[in-house]
Amino acid sequence: MRPFTFTQAPDIATAVQEVSSDGAKFIAGGTNLLDLMKIDVMRPSHLVDITQIALDTIEETEQGGLRLGALAKNADTAYHPLVEARYPLLSHAILAGATAQLRNMATDGGNLLQRTRCYYFYDTHTPCNKREPGSGCSAINGYNRDLAILGTSEHCIATHPSDMAVALAALEATVHVTGKNGDRAIPFADFHRLPGDTPHLDTNLQPDEIITAIELPAKGFAQHYTYLKLRDRASYAFALVSVAAALDLDGDSIKEARIALGGVAHKPWRVPEAEALLQGQPATRENFRKVAEAYLQGAKGYKDNTFKIELANRAIVRALEQATKMEAIA
Amino acid sequence: MKENYTGKPANRVDGRAKVTGEAKYAAEFNVPNLLHGVVVNSAIAKGTIKSIDTSAALQLAGVVQVFTHENRPGYTWLDSHYMDEDAPPGSPFRPFYNNQILFSMQPVALVVAESFELARYAALLVKVEYEAQPHETDLESNLPRAYTPKKYKSPPPTDPRGDADTAFAQATFKVEEAYAHPAHHHNPMEMHASIAIWHEDGKMTIYDKIQGVQNSQKYISTAFGIPQEDVQVLSPFVGGAFGSGLRPQYQLFLAVLAARELKRAVKVGLTRQQMFSFGHRPATVQRLALGASAEGELEAVKHDAIAETSRFEDYNEDVVIWPGVLYDCENVKVSHQLVDLDVFTPLDMRAPGGVTGTFALEVAIDEMAYQLGIDPLEFRLKNYTNTDQNKGKPYSSKELKECYRQGAERFGWSKRKMEPRSMKEGHQLIGWGMANGAWEAKQQEAAAKAVFSPDGKLTVSCATADIGTGTYTVMSQIAAETMGLPLEEVTFKLGDSTLPKSPLEGGSWTVSSVGSAVKLVCEKLQEQLLEQARKMENSPFKDANPEDVSFAEGRMFLTQAPAQSISILEAVQQNEGQPLVAEASQKPDKNQKNYSSYSHSATFVEVMVDEDLGTVKVTRMVSAIAAGRIINPKTGRSQILGGSVWGIGAALQEHTVMDHRLGRFMNHDLDKYHVPVSADIHETDVIFVEEKDEIVNPIGAKGLGEIGIVSIAPAIVNAVFHATGKRIRELPITLDKLL
Repeated sequence: MRPFTFTQAPDIATAVQEVSSDGAKFIAGGTNLLDLMKIDVMRPSHLVDITQIALDTIEETEQGGLRLGALAKNADTAYHPLVEARYPLLSHAILAGATAQLRNMATDGGNLLQRTRCYYFYDTHTPCNKREPGSGCSAINGYNRDLAILGTSEHCIATHPSDMAVALAALEATVHVTGKNGDRAIPFADFHRLPGDTPHLDTNLQPDEIITAIELPAKGFAQHYTYLKLRDRASYAFALVSVAAALDLDGDSIKEARIALGGVAHKPWRVPEAEALLQGQPATRENFRKVAEAYLQGAKGYKDNTFKIELANRAIVRALEQATKMEAIA
Repeated sequence: MKENYTGKPANRVDGRAKVTGEAKYAAEFNVPNLLHGVVVNSAIAKGTIKSIDTSAALQLAGVVQVFTHENRPGYTWLDSHYMDEDAPPGSPFRPFYNNQILFSMQPVALVVAESFELARYAALLVKVEYEAQPHETDLESNLPRAYTPKKYKSPPPTDPRGDADTAFAQATFKVEEAYAHPAHHHNPMEMHASIAIWHEDGKMTIYDKIQGVQNSQKYISTAFGIPQEDVQVLSPFVGGAFGSGLRPQYQLFLAVLAARELKRAVKVGLTRQQMFSFGHRPATVQRLALGASAEGELEAVKHDAIAETSRFEDYNEDVVIWPGVLYDCENVKVSHQLVDLDVFTPLDMRAPGGVTGTFALEVAIDEMAYQLGIDPLEFRLKNYTNTDQNKGKPYSSKELKECYRQGAERFGWSKRKMEPRSMKEGHQLIGWGMANGAWEAKQQEAAAKAVFSPDGKLTVSCATADIGTGTYTVMSQIAAETMGLPLEEVTFKLGDSTLPKSPLEGGSWTVSSVGSAVKLVCEKLQEQLLEQARKMENSPFKDANPEDVSFAEGRMFLTQAPAQSISILEAVQQNEGQPLVAEASQKPDKNQKNYSSYSHSATFVEVMVDEDLGTVKVTRMVSAIAAGRIINPKTGRSQILGGSVWGIGAALQEHTVMDHRLGRFMNHDLDKYHVPVSADIHETDVIFVEEKDEIVNPIGAKGLGEIGIVSIAPAIVNAVFHATGKRIRELPITLDKLL
């Protein structure tokens, strides 16, 4: 680990000021950043501790939604009565990730900023465009079982590892940020980026910006939802494929459907046009299959991860069935 | 009236020390003025080091030295001086020997600094330039290069029996398939670490994570040319090893090198990533050809294995002995060949060869049972053997049939329908599978010392190890029972190279070997106590011989007249305030040569497989074990549970993935190298079947270290077939293989 300086920011203005210097990074829970610093993948020269700023509250908004402070812990969020009652999809997604110990440390804002878990990103002795722009992508022709099948580029096939973000994408949350140029609200779909030719950028957050809150709209799909996570062991593993599915049903008829995929792309994957295929349609396996097909249009398998296309297809169908029937998740 | 400590579920005598943190592991013996070493590992798999620039690292205040092949001291560089007790035939790896890179992650520099943080930072500043050469790391594509080693590490494959080729060609039913087992890494919870403490007189005290302190002691002595008595190696607690600590690893060599050069104490610990930079369970491909008659008699077995090894040592393990151990068959032909690759030499890992070979054999046996339409358990019973056909000797004991009976009954095997995909709940296909396994019960020569002090405390010692298996506890039990003393009065010491000679702690032979020595030394102590007792006034033992006297509940008495007794304490106090001291060395009895000794297991497994998504859950597992006398059913059960959990990992999760373009293992941390988590483990049942064996060793215990794992993975593979109708012959069974 390289040496770094460390300060605590008492408020948002100071935090924004401090993080604007070269090589500065925020630290909150540190559950990802510290690991990456230890193996020399991230090399901040200055850490700004933001945990003293009062950004950890969870409160209702005037619009009937919920505002999650950026520093609210993942565990506190998942077990918050309002989250459990109104956004159970979010609660389930958070609890499908990491371990109890990590969720106790990790913050909601930090969760969105997790780096990829690509093998090559983690090994400084291998080329990786995300870690070292222009060095090349080892994964495209290397071992890529865990990596992306959608929205990839010739420069990067990394996935975003968060479960929470997949639910937030389905729920159409808004990310509130503050920077030198003031506040802005970023629709969740625009928060994370696709790799393109800038895979070193995971999000559209500017270097001087801090996440202050994540806002959930009033509609929480609390009646029909599921978070289906498929992975190589029953806990403490990142998704091969995950599906956040939320349905608004009128009897058997679908008023609105939301589907977001995790583990398949550089960001939570949504295809609103495909979701729209279900609008006004009966909740049948046949219709779910059509949506699944539409969701995976353009999916591209690499050597080891081609199975994800079929797996994601089946997972979407299963998730929608589970959300319809609200059966116990196997 | 004899107090039995063995056979009872005793708590670990070191349990409190472990949960309170009082038990210290190799990296925790921080001495004043300690220096910290951090290893720099090679980025390439094969080639040469063109240059190493250490200047930036050395410029940092507090960095004491950077050792590389360029400035290493000129010790003995004869490769035989690097041979340790567990070294396979060949030329052992010598750290910093020259500029040649033999495998990816090879240690190329050691940065030594006043603090760990500084050493870790400075290690990033060491610039190494390589000249890479083409490497070969892929077993599959190098199979045509397979060769028969000049010398095998474990016994060479047995000569053919009968005529397997003809019998197979003529058999009515045939199975002929290939089975692939991936590389695995041990990943004990405690990473390897050593602290080398240099003393003014040139002597060294070393704390090492190792499964045999005397192996490290001899290795350091020969590699550095230090008299053996000047090197003391200590390893009181080991946080798991599973074979990774059988050989001294490179951090030991580097810590000693630095400590001697700098005349300071130096600690070198490996990171989790560096735990992937030395030995592993070798990737192995096997071909099984089974022929059977319509009646279900096994008529031919051909078992051929090809495994990876390094370019510098020929490692092999017992992969192809299992047909001869487990099944009655007249026509058997086996082979074991190697392919040398640009990797570190493979290393014994829990049930080496047993895990790999039993997987292939037991899946093939299941395949044959299906061809024949015979229940897999019934098929195994039809081909049961009471002799070890590899050695042509009867088993000293073998209660495998009883394992079948009790295991099947507990599991409910009789309710099984043969047909695959015959059980289902919702989306979950349910499958039941079974397999059996064996592991050799060996006894090695071992020594022990017993000191009985006048305050009634007995201390027994041997230079063996407790790698978490419960050695401290079971040895204390054996000593307490033999001496008729309360368990609390007995202390067992281990993990110190100055203690009496011990074999490596491995091969499931520690209870057998060290336990027998402990028993013997206690019996010698009894003779001394009898001598002391004879000296007493009106002693009832005046004319007694050792065989006339019993020891129990703190007293010694005439077996024929128990009322004629004295307290053991009284007897020891006759020795004028001096302790009684006995030493003994126990060798295997010659009669053992007339027999073969193995422990046995039968495992029954239920899995649930999602019909659409391919996820596999092991919902129920019963393992019945016949392993002679069970000294401590509690720690013993833990051994079998650990093996069961690991077997689930082997079947469904574990594999070290090599990127062959880089020649580098890529999933080198515990995020990406999966082992089971609690949520993967459901009902797990262990049955110890009674087995009496007076031949295997004086204790009658066969050892439990490896037998718990061998039959788990094949039972799961067979259950997955029963659930889905899909036969997976390449581990692990990840969900993509079932889509």
